[in-house]
Amino acid sequence: MLSTSEMTPETIEQEKLYLELGLSEAEYQHVKQILKRRPNFTETGIFSVMWSEHCSYKTSKPLLKKFPSTAPHVLQGPGEGAGVIDIGDGLAAVFKIESHNHPSAVEPYQGAATGVGGIIRDVFSMGARPVALMNSLRFGNPGTGNVNHLFQEVVRGIAGYGNCVGIPTVGGEVQFDASYEDNPLVNAMCVGIIRHEDLQKGIASGAGNTVMYAGAPTGRDGIHGATFASGDLTEDSDKDRPSVQVGDPFMEKLLIEACLEAIQSDALVGMQDMGAAGLTSSASEMASKAGTGMTMNLDLVPQREANMSAYELMLSESQERMLLVVQNGREQEMVDIFAKYGLEAAAVGEVTEDTSFRLLQHGSVVADIPVDALAEEAPVYHMPSKEAAYVRAFRQMDDFIPEVRDHGATLKQLLQQPTIASKEYVYDQYDSMVQTNTVVTPGSDAAVIRMKGTDKALAITTDCNSRYLYLDPEVGGKIAVAEAARNIVCSGAKPLGLTDGLNYGNPTNPEVFWQMEKSVEGMSTAANMLKTPVISGNVSLYNQSNGKSIYPTPVVGMVGLATSLHHITPSFFQESGDLVYVIGGTQPEFGGSALQKLVSGHYEGKAPSIDLQVEADRQHKLLQAIQTGLIQSAHDLSEGGLAVAMAESVFAGNKLGAEADVAGDATVALFSETQSRFLVTVKPEHRKAFETMLTDAVHIGHVTDNNKLIVRINGTTTIDEDVSTLHQLWKGAIPCMLNRKA
Amino acid sequence: MKKVTVHVTLKEGILDPQGQTIETSLHSLGFTEVEEVRTGKTIELLLNDQDNVEARVQAMCTKLLANPVIEDYQLHVEEALQS
Amino acid sequence: MKFAVVVFPGSNCDRDMYHAVREVLQEEADLVWHESGNLQDYDAILLPGGFSYGDYLRSGAVAAVSDIMDQVKRQAAQGKPVLGVCNGFQVLLESGLLPGAMLPNEKLAFMCHQETLKVANNRTMFTTEYNQGETVQFPIAHGEGNYYCDDKTKAKLEANDQIVFTYQNNPNGSTGAIAGIVNEQGNVLGMMPHPERASEAIIGSADGIRLFQSLVKNWREAHVVNV
Repeated sequence: MLSTSEMTPETIEQEKLYLELGLSEAEYQHVKQILKRRPNFTETGIFSVMWSEHCSYKTSKPLLKKFPSTAPHVLQGPGEGAGVIDIGDGLAAVFKIESHNHPSAVEPYQGAATGVGGIIRDVFSMGARPVALMNSLRFGNPGTGNVNHLFQEVVRGIAGYGNCVGIPTVGGEVQFDASYEDNPLVNAMCVGIIRHEDLQKGIASGAGNTVMYAGAPTGRDGIHGATFASGDLTEDSDKDRPSVQVGDPFMEKLLIEACLEAIQSDALVGMQDMGAAGLTSSASEMASKAGTGMTMNLDLVPQREANMSAYELMLSESQERMLLVVQNGREQEMVDIFAKYGLEAAAVGEVTEDTSFRLLQHGSVVADIPVDALAEEAPVYHMPSKEAAYVRAFRQMDDFIPEVRDHGATLKQLLQQPTIASKEYVYDQYDSMVQTNTVVTPGSDAAVIRMKGTDKALAITTDCNSRYLYLDPEVGGKIAVAEAARNIVCSGAKPLGLTDGLNYGNPTNPEVFWQMEKSVEGMSTAANMLKTPVISGNVSLYNQSNGKSIYPTPVVGMVGLATSLHHITPSFFQESGDLVYVIGGTQPEFGGSALQKLVSGHYEGKAPSIDLQVEADRQHKLLQAIQTGLIQSAHDLSEGGLAVAMAESVFAGNKLGAEADVAGDATVALFSETQSRFLVTVKPEHRKAFETMLTDAVHIGHVTDNNKLIVRINGTTTIDEDVSTLHQLWKGAIPCMLNRKA
Repeated sequence: MKKVTVHVTLKEGILDPQGQTIETSLHSLGFTEVEEVRTGKTIELLLNDQDNVEARVQAMCTKLLANPVIEDYQLHVEEALQS
Repeated sequence: MKFAVVVFPGSNCDRDMYHAVREVLQEEADLVWHESGNLQDYDAILLPGGFSYGDYLRSGAVAAVSDIMDQVKRQAAQGKPVLGVCNGFQVLLESGLLPGAMLPNEKLAFMCHQETLKVANNRTMFTTEYNQGETVQFPIAHGEGNYYCDDKTKAKLEANDQIVFTYQNNPNGSTGAIAGIVNEQGNVLGMMPHPERASEAIIGSADGIRLFQSLVKNWREAHVVNV
């Protein structure tokens, strides 16, 4: 290998070294055209990270445009650190989800921890105080491969970081499927609250203003992390270990406090997190957004290691760093604010009128690039798309009903499926209560946090049933958005907007690109129908190993608003004697169901169908019923159908039970996964008012106090189980799987 | 320059669940000869030369580096190689 | 009554403590940055939870040797009430204001949930609003809350009635299921469970607010003559 000083622009071209750095032949030629000369080593590195999928979204951009992203209550759509929606009283919710899949596959603890750190910075760089963290995790089946280790370390990493910075991790979702065995997904979401007037953007405006660097000094960690995240995982990935960054949540906590104090000063012009591609992307994006240029002297950048090259300084992904633009002459005010927290803030450059991104080191210019070339002129690819052959075959399969002999035994098995089983093992490790706002703790449909000083609360959920997306990406995309909204509504809040964490395989495979295309179309249709604009998001591609792609997994992180604390509704049954209703009819739909996996070990057939008009209508009416005070508890029917939902509703440990009478085929009635259904309880005195409001609700039974779950189908007792037995199985399943030797 | 390595370990008799977990894991990997595992931490200090290096580091240990209620420590002083 | 909530770098329950005192208890409170406060101006000192100095080295160890702890020690010696919660308890142990030390939880994992506590001593200035032996719900949230002391110390704690709260289902392996202790003089309380997180029913429990109410009531009785 040549040393960087030997890599002259000529060698880079002759030896095609740009290919190794991640630039294609055509992209390199384009760079030459832009610069009107050959790029040097540093410049080649800068282009390659800025034009990587991770930073430029070059293959996903045409799809992302399909998402609805505007509405009167959207204050900031995609393009900034995080999206912002108005929640009244002069307040706004700021949120975004981001993936950290590849780093977590290689080093699960640090990969997950730094994923959390990064998304927090995206939110407080907007000026918002982070108030909640959520996550969405995918692993292979427990006990296979390295899954148990990855699962335990990812959870520990999320806990280790989130707990220390003092932001409650209020919930999330974890699913297990073989397609994620070598490619775990770690998507972290952060929600912040801000007063409208404090909203901050990552712009470098005002020629002559000073560019300041704040936070941890730069080391050689994570060099080329952005291009690493845009390539396939191979068996060699273990050797890429140095590329994984190490997080310091203590530093992050200090940075949050210092930055939120800095935002109160009018000396601050703009601020952005140094995330993927570090100093390169933060600096060039800030300048590009402002239509300015920037000159930085790399000798002034705080450095943790000696003799770092310009290439290393610009591409390092050291954590806990921020870039600030400050009014010329007022740098000392910033230095003082950061010094209070023991942090360094150093002037490293200035905003210029020309639109050049110019870097100096040891007295010479080491890079000189037109700013827009990096951000705005990044290539955009329209990838070929081809309907996946397997999906066509699945669509032609007949509806089927799996054979079940003992429905009680099947319910017990379903409750122990890791995707359905209690995630207490996971969320008990998260500090879900710090900040004393958590009204609904993890384990419900959506987490709910109150907003002190108001009578309002935010409901937050992450959701994506990727089995449906695998069977039919468009229908599955619709369901992902609808189910997230269902969770929000069940908690008593109105869905306001969503952030998308799109995770797919290799987009150069036309069938994978087709999955992307169709799922985005499905999500867009649903987001329009349910009035939940997409205000931020993240794309993670190349989630495949040994030629095997993950299921398309576009995670939906949704936020809703409860306009009164009285509307907050639990998902558990509340009182003996309450009437139990199912809203919505049931068809035999078992494609992608938990029962299908249990019985056959795989997924095939049609995804459950969804009528978004019906969905929107039911959600609207249920929310109305909640707001009118008619609903005691509300839970959506999802994996495992009615039987699992009923069981989960009596697991609050309050000795309640339930008795229900249902008509039809037992397996369909109990386990089908027909969409747009809800399980609600109503006080007897509200029966009439409720039935008038929700005309498609069917009264199926009542809550009892005998700690038994009894379901009769067509008059025959089909399920008769002790709640405590079911509860133990459900609660113990994951700890039990982790203790089993892999 | 002196390089001082401080080894901090849990006192005899204090439960060390981390050590126990490692021990169980080693046994399951077939290292059945392992009788006991105790964990601890190492702190490396580089000090300017002065007469009472050892006494000074002892003081650091009792004041901050180790908690005498639960921890023991050992010092190892050597000449630091100049880089 | 005026409370100081001491803020160390890495404290993260400081605002929660402040909220409980100001908004729920309706008493005066200030957030006092560790470098800048004069604790003499306050009637009670609260050391909040969090990860002071990242909990690097040992939980609470670095905060315990910071300058403001000298002030805390002086105020404590004069009999002023000092309450350390979670990380604050760890700081009190590390600084020697309370006996014993914290070890990692027996199960080696961080844990966060409601726990049932027993009020083992309702005669301290922190607990007069509870009944002796009463059970209350407080959340815990810690990775190192496994309280350790040797047999001699434990016997002394018992003899002096210094054990204030115990866990009903010892979640972390603490010696004697101890959740909170006072010093011999009875004015310094350290506890792992969070009373400030149990100060309003909407967030799960309101049992903790009586701890603060006890403090206020006892302070008023001792200091305010004409009420």
